[in-house]
Amino acid sequence: MQISPVKIISLLFFVFSGFYLYHAYQIRVFAFDENAPFNAKTFPILLGYAGIFFSGLYIALPEKRPANVNLSVLDYKRTITLVVLMIIYGVTILKAGYFLSTSIFLVLSYITLGEKRWFWVFALSFPFVAIFMFLLHGLLDIYLRDPLLKYLGIIG
Amino acid sequence: MIEGILIGLNTALSIKNIIMVMIGCFAGTIIGMLPGLGPMTAIALMIPITYGFEPSTGLILMAGVYYGAVFGGSTSSILINAPGIPGTVATSFDGYPMAQQGKAGKALAIAAYSSFAGGTIAAIFLLFAAPSLSKVSLAFRSPDYFGLMILGLTAVSAFSAKGHFLKAMMMVVLGLMLASVGQDTLSDIPRFVFNNMNLADGISFVLVVMATFAMSEALSIIFKGSDPTQAAKQISLSKLGSIKLDKEETKKMVTTIPRSSIIGFIVGVLPGAGSTIASFLAYGMERNFVKDEEKQKFGKGSVNGLSAPETANNAACSGSFVPLLTLGIPGSGTTAVMLGALLGFGIQPGPRLYQTNPEIFWSVIMSMYIGMVILLILNLPLIPYIARILAVPRAFLIPLILFFSVTGIYLMSFNNFDIYLMIGIAVVATILRLYEFPMPPLILAFVLGGLMEENLRRSLLISDGSWAFLWDRPLTLCIMITILFIVFWQIYNSYFKKK
Repeated sequence: MQISPVKIISLLFFVFSGFYLYHAYQIRVFAFDENAPFNAKTFPILLGYAGIFFSGLYIALPEKRPANVNLSVLDYKRTITLVVLMIIYGVTILKAGYFLSTSIFLVLSYITLGEKRWFWVFALSFPFVAIFMFLLHGLLDIYLRDPLLKYLGIIG
Repeated sequence: MIEGILIGLNTALSIKNIIMVMIGCFAGTIIGMLPGLGPMTAIALMIPITYGFEPSTGLILMAGVYYGAVFGGSTSSILINAPGIPGTVATSFDGYPMAQQGKAGKALAIAAYSSFAGGTIAAIFLLFAAPSLSKVSLAFRSPDYFGLMILGLTAVSAFSAKGHFLKAMMMVVLGLMLASVGQDTLSDIPRFVFNNMNLADGISFVLVVMATFAMSEALSIIFKGSDPTQAAKQISLSKLGSIKLDKEETKKMVTTIPRSSIIGFIVGVLPGAGSTIASFLAYGMERNFVKDEEKQKFGKGSVNGLSAPETANNAACSGSFVPLLTLGIPGSGTTAVMLGALLGFGIQPGPRLYQTNPEIFWSVIMSMYIGMVILLILNLPLIPYIARILAVPRAFLIPLILFFSVTGIYLMSFNNFDIYLMIGIAVVATILRLYEFPMPPLILAFVLGGLMEENLRRSLLISDGSWAFLWDRPLTLCIMITILFIVFWQIYNSYFKKK
């Protein structure tokens, strides 16, 4: 028997709603609020039940139009690489600074997606980020934290 | 009202705001042309840029992006039969056959004039409807607002995701759950924080909208191996032909535009209906209105068939601002993003907006006219050039979207945790998109979550914990009956109706 992926997602959402409902009941409210008509846990409890109701309904009812996804044609390699690059970008952005980490992220992403025109790979990374930073920081006065450029004395 | 219009004109006609409308229309057109990247992504990408702006300027920019994206969507519908957004699907029915007959320029001109006329007529309706509805909505009480919000969420789930009602409702609940993370607004009690201080203030709206739209759309494109820029490459190669219309064609448009504007505006005002339903409805009705001879041309390059959906989808865009500006309740995913941005500016839209912040209320309405004119005179002759700019390879486009998304969050918090959370939500959203779970209901629910809880709190406190507030007032009762009707009708239609 083959179970539809959407039913599996609904089952996961059912479990998640149960988990959410359990934690909604664990929310500690003030003693004087415990028996009030509405307190901090009333709305989350309703949401937990709503989640269980709708996901349960989807699991219980027959699927009339099951989603038809051909998993074999999906590009897992590039997608996962991009996600990993974004995580590394997130890790380095505060430590290495905005300019360096963003530029390197862009270069690696372009290469991951198969770009081989090195001039454009370079032009749309380091100079592009520098111009973007100038627009935000210099013209629009939006603060950009960059310890590296600050250390080098390029930005204040 | 005259004073308000003058205030609005004064604000909208400032050099800065005109430049913003131009940038918005231009950027929106480019993003709207790319199949898969709709107005919500375009607006989401603009949010970080509006941080330093005044609220009216920020909203004017986003409204420009909205109109531009709808216009851009029509362009790809006509030229390559690949609608940039669902609201322009009906445009391709007659627009694409016209382009195949070597009349692409004419089709674009009809779309542009119809969009302009539809948007302008609807903006006039908005001018009169919004203040009147604001006065009426002052009589609304918390139970009515609570009911209206549920109605909005149910309607968006029913109409935006046809045949996937339960999936959409799960997304609604997920959006409300995400909105409940963080301190309770009244008691400051932490909820679902799990001892993580990064979650104490809740999840940022910009983070959720960037993750579920910009980032997940970009990841979906890579995941599915599709190339939205392919469309632009074809456009730049095509020969557009003349953009001049003859008397006969103009005459046909003159009869179509008024009725399609009315349909579009009314459908746009209704929660959840939006430009997609407006355009299909206008197309269908126009087919019934025209003579038999013209009816035969529908689907083969009819002027009426192209003009009707184009007029209606732009009129619906203006109409969708009515519930946002007057009730503070967005009727669509796109206006939900705008509401989120407004709340970020510290402005609460609602019946008192046009009294407390007349410059915002009126400048947005006035900027719509300016936006329409700019779209007409700037974009129509520039389409072939915009198409060339668009021939940016996917390998550059996707990383740039991801970069803008991460930058948006980085600028807000300078916190790594928010970036990881955004990536996590984007990955989940990408998988959900693959199995046709719609994202607009999630965003609408996330934006309305706090307001819904607040109105439920007030209603329950006033009624001393009794749920009778749901049927005590005739207005609330009507709203609740409509909600129940939509829910049962959708479930019956999806699961029990014999086809």
